[in-house]
Amino acid sequence: MIARAGKWLDDRLGLSTLVEFGSHKTVPVHRYTVFYYLGGMTLFFFLVQVCTGVLLMLYYRPSANEAFESIEFIMTVVPFGWLIRSIHSWSANLMVFFAMLHLASVFFLKAYRPPRELTWVSGVFVLFLIMGFGFSGYLLPWNQLAFFATKVGTDIAGAVPVIGHWMVRFLRGGDRVSGGTLSRFYGWHVAVLPAITCVFLGAHLLLVQVKGMSVPHSCEDETRKRPPMKFFPHFALRDLSGWLFALGVLAALAALFPWELGEKADLFAPAYENIRPEWYFVFMFQTLKLVPGGEIFGLEYEAIPILLFGALGALLMLVPFLDRSAPGKGRVWTIAGVVALLFVIGMTCWGYMSLLPLYVVIISGILLLLLAFITRGGRRSENR
Amino acid sequence: MDALESKPRRRFLNYFLGTSLGAVVASFLYPILRFASPPFIPEATTNQVEAGDTSDPQLMTKGFKIVRFGAEPVILVKVTDSEYKAFSATCTHLDCIVGYQKERTRLFCNCHGGSYDLNGRNVSGPPPRPLIPYKVNLLAKGSEPAKIVVSKA
Repeated sequence: MIARAGKWLDDRLGLSTLVEFGSHKTVPVHRYTVFYYLGGMTLFFFLVQVCTGVLLMLYYRPSANEAFESIEFIMTVVPFGWLIRSIHSWSANLMVFFAMLHLASVFFLKAYRPPRELTWVSGVFVLFLIMGFGFSGYLLPWNQLAFFATKVGTDIAGAVPVIGHWMVRFLRGGDRVSGGTLSRFYGWHVAVLPAITCVFLGAHLLLVQVKGMSVPHSCEDETRKRPPMKFFPHFALRDLSGWLFALGVLAALAALFPWELGEKADLFAPAYENIRPEWYFVFMFQTLKLVPGGEIFGLEYEAIPILLFGALGALLMLVPFLDRSAPGKGRVWTIAGVVALLFVIGMTCWGYMSLLPLYVVIISGILLLLLAFITRGGRRSENR
Repeated sequence: MDALESKPRRRFLNYFLGTSLGAVVASFLYPILRFASPPFIPEATTNQVEAGDTSDPQLMTKGFKIVRFGAEPVILVKVTDSEYKAFSATCTHLDCIVGYQKERTRLFCNCHGGSYDLNGRNVSGPPPRPLIPYKVNLLAKGSEPAKIVVSKA
């Protein structure tokens, strides 16, 4: 009966082609194989965001008078509301963190080299979309932090020459951050960004399947000697174990450190002490703090770092087209990457006046090494 | 097919088809873009507001309060018992709302650490311009605490 149903479906959907493709899919095995799990981990957190986000939509009300209260209601009255909301917030942060780790590993192993330029471009675009999710989602609780982060974040767009003012109004839905901004950000957060992300994430995942995993130049010999790992079941099971572990970590974080709600936004109160944005924006925030007031050729000083960050974002996306060096060469780009990484870590530490961000990076590195050892793959047993 | 495509008439028609397709797409995009750009809504102009009286507990303890001047936040600072000053509370750097540090007699923005003196001048940190000043008038009536009126300078 089941076999007949399967046959019926297969005749209509052609699933056997997919199964056939899956059964042949392999993953190269070498000393950096562990980095292949980072994209999947980011995807897992994205899926958690979709599920918990849909659940939060059942109670959340996107208006200046009700948003804060509706989250208060979710956190205190709705059964498991505190858990769902905290998981959504924690998972958002971990998603950004893993997307950045994924980006760093792909950058330093130069996996963007031909023919994977478009995989890189779509991936960087998805990272920007994820940051857009973070920024738009940040306003939704309508608390003081959300209000000021959005005021500053949208005002930054004003630095863009010619269309800056239009962009600020477009983002805010008017001249000021108000209830109109909230409903607009909600629309971006739950409809526009997810739709765009589906397209680019779909393209990214499809390209990964079509082009296969990139093997770092320094590992080509090693990869030839070691048999590749079958995606099903060996790699997929490792992926799934990682996801299960991540779910446990998420639940623990949400239970032990529930996400704060803060105070309701007051449009007529000064910004409170030590206010700062989410950690992944702190390096830009700290840079902006250091730039003195002034003007040069009609351009305010503050616009210079803002435009520079914008240009660097564009540069990041174009890396595969700019780094045309032969395999094993192009050290300039690696050095530039290290400098950028040190700048980001340094500024983040300064922004927090703490070395914690540095420790997080070091501990992540150690954990990845440990995982590389655990998931290193066999030499014979998995070649079947 | 190649022979057909090389014919000028075919190329001409293809050109028209292509451009009309572009025009159709543009006719869809234009209204969407205009719809998403918020309309300009004229706001009632506020020229002056009453900001409580000199016995306001917030002014007494913190030395300042934020006043709603239409949709704009304005900061009212108590310099001495008889002297009050008011400025636009919107930081000229990136739009945060400034507060007042009584012990340093500075208007201070917690977002990026910009500070202004009691004349509204940007004295340190990233703000590029001074704060816009407002006029403060005290209306005394007998022995009651004076009313504070903030108006456009």
